Amino acid sequence: MTTNTHMLSGSILRWLGVITLPFFLMLSFLWAGGWLTPYRLTQAAMLDALQKGSGMHPGFRRNHAKGVCVAGWFEGNGSASSLSMATVLQKGRVPVVGRFALAGGLPYQADAPEKVRSMALRLMPSDRQEWRMGINDIPVFPVGTPQEFHDLQLASHPDLTTGKPDPARMQAFRTSHPWLQPAMAQIGRRPVSSGFADDTYRSLDSFLFVAEDGTKTAVRWAMVPVQPVMPEIGHANDHDYLFRKVIEDIHTHPLQWRLMVTLAGSGDAIDNPSKGWSQDDRQINAGTLTLTGIGSEENGPCTGITFDPLVLPEGIMPSGDPILQARSAAYMRSFYLRSGERPTAPAVSAEMTVPSANARDKKS
Amino acid sequence: MKNVKSFTLPSRILHWVMAVMILAMLLIGVFMASTVGSGYYRLVALHRSVGIAILVLAMLRLGNRLHTPPPSLPEDLPPVMKIGAHASHILLYVLMIVLPLVGWGMLSAGGYPIPLWGQSVLLPPILPHDPVLWAELRSVHTLLAFLLFGLVLAHVAAALFHGLIRRDGVLRSMLLRERLDPISQESHGD
Repeated sequence: MTTNTHMLSGSILRWLGVITLPFFLMLSFLWAGGWLTPYRLTQAAMLDALQKGSGMHPGFRRNHAKGVCVAGWFEGNGSASSLSMATVLQKGRVPVVGRFALAGGLPYQADAPEKVRSMALRLMPSDRQEWRMGINDIPVFPVGTPQEFHDLQLASHPDLTTGKPDPARMQAFRTSHPWLQPAMAQIGRRPVSSGFADDTYRSLDSFLFVAEDGTKTAVRWAMVPVQPVMPEIGHANDHDYLFRKVIEDIHTHPLQWRLMVTLAGSGDAIDNPSKGWSQDDRQINAGTLTLTGIGSEENGPCTGITFDPLVLPEGIMPSGDPILQARSAAYMRSFYLRSGERPTAPAVSAEMTVPSANARDKKS
Repeated sequence: MKNVKSFTLPSRILHWVMAVMILAMLLIGVFMASTVGSGYYRLVALHRSVGIAILVLAMLRLGNRLHTPPPSLPEDLPPVMKIGAHASHILLYVLMIVLPLVGWGMLSAGGYPIPLWGQSVLLPPILPHDPVLWAELRSVHTLLAFLLFGLVLAHVAAALFHGLIRRDGVLRSMLLRERLDPISQESHGD
């Protein structure tokens, strides 16, 4: 009898031995995938927060949903080549595909002066060392961490009945995040230009330029318009006036921006995009962007790719800025989801981007 | 106690090196596919490079397997278990090769550059740029990874079943230390 019990407990122990390791492997797999930690901020939670503000629009980018494709080239002047070995920053011309867009997940939203505008670029040198960027016309990013971005989306999403953000919820976010007050104030009082063409777009996040000898330099950059900056003059109830204007502009003459690279000074916050940098920082004019073509996103060259800011060439690296990592992850997921969906026609349609008779006359 | 021969030393080394790599890849994969945290960029870079390394090693291993057949299973193993063992091993080999290829293919279809070990080496695309294909392959990559993880769990459980319950020498035939200790055969319990 005792022998039997002994054998039985021995066999139970052995069976336990068989299942213990697979059990712990399963547990670590579930943990790694975030299934055991509902409080952990995931890509899905981030996209849900974005979608809460804009609803579901199959086939469109989950943020910066309303946009138009552009094309042209970037011509490096070599001024930044001692700081970064990236081929795009050497002297020479590389083709560019890009996109202008309005921030937010609404693909059919009406253009308005206060809405954040963005420029996305894909610089394509012949050695395939691509540089992609998504840059915005605000002076600083409103938040410094992915969690703050997530919470801001939830606080600022429009109320279903009024169509406007709930002021109480927004106020609660402000009071619980007093350190973001300077950033929000800076964004609130930024000068607004007349359209996409005369706007300045900033990387907001910091990156590291890596020189041939391995020296790293923390930088931010901006695309500064060559065309004169005009004040905002209203829009006569045109739902798409910003896009109509930039289509007209590009059909009339090429648009140009200078790539201004700012080198971090000793007091500048490298890992926090909600903090502005000193006005005294050294700046380098690294080259000129020229845009000569514009077309609808419908089958356009900017639609089937994502402007992931961490698609970087050799010679440019991400800084420790946590927002960059979250952007890269969220862009990937947005690109994955929308590519599997059937989109409706974009607001900026193919008919809108055909050159008007007027523009054709001016060009010839 | 039937005497089960051991795998050759190269086979055992390949097995254990790849076991560590594949488990790490599966855990890194599900983690990076959900996180927005600070490790994202580095983990994706690591995942790409280790994935290609697994592809190369898996080809090597397939060649090795065809060249030096593994020791046969114990004769008294029930036929169902034999079939299960053979089928799961074929599937493991298929997934070790297909999963990295699907990963490479999906990044190609998504129009992503595919850098390895830093930024200087770029893999060429193996599929045309096609966003719909990218989305489909991205889903397939996940499904196959779940399937591989399930197979790995079954494989580990089966190995421990051989070692602890049947004690038939099958587990021992893959252990790295086996040759050092040839006397302590598990022959007593049967």
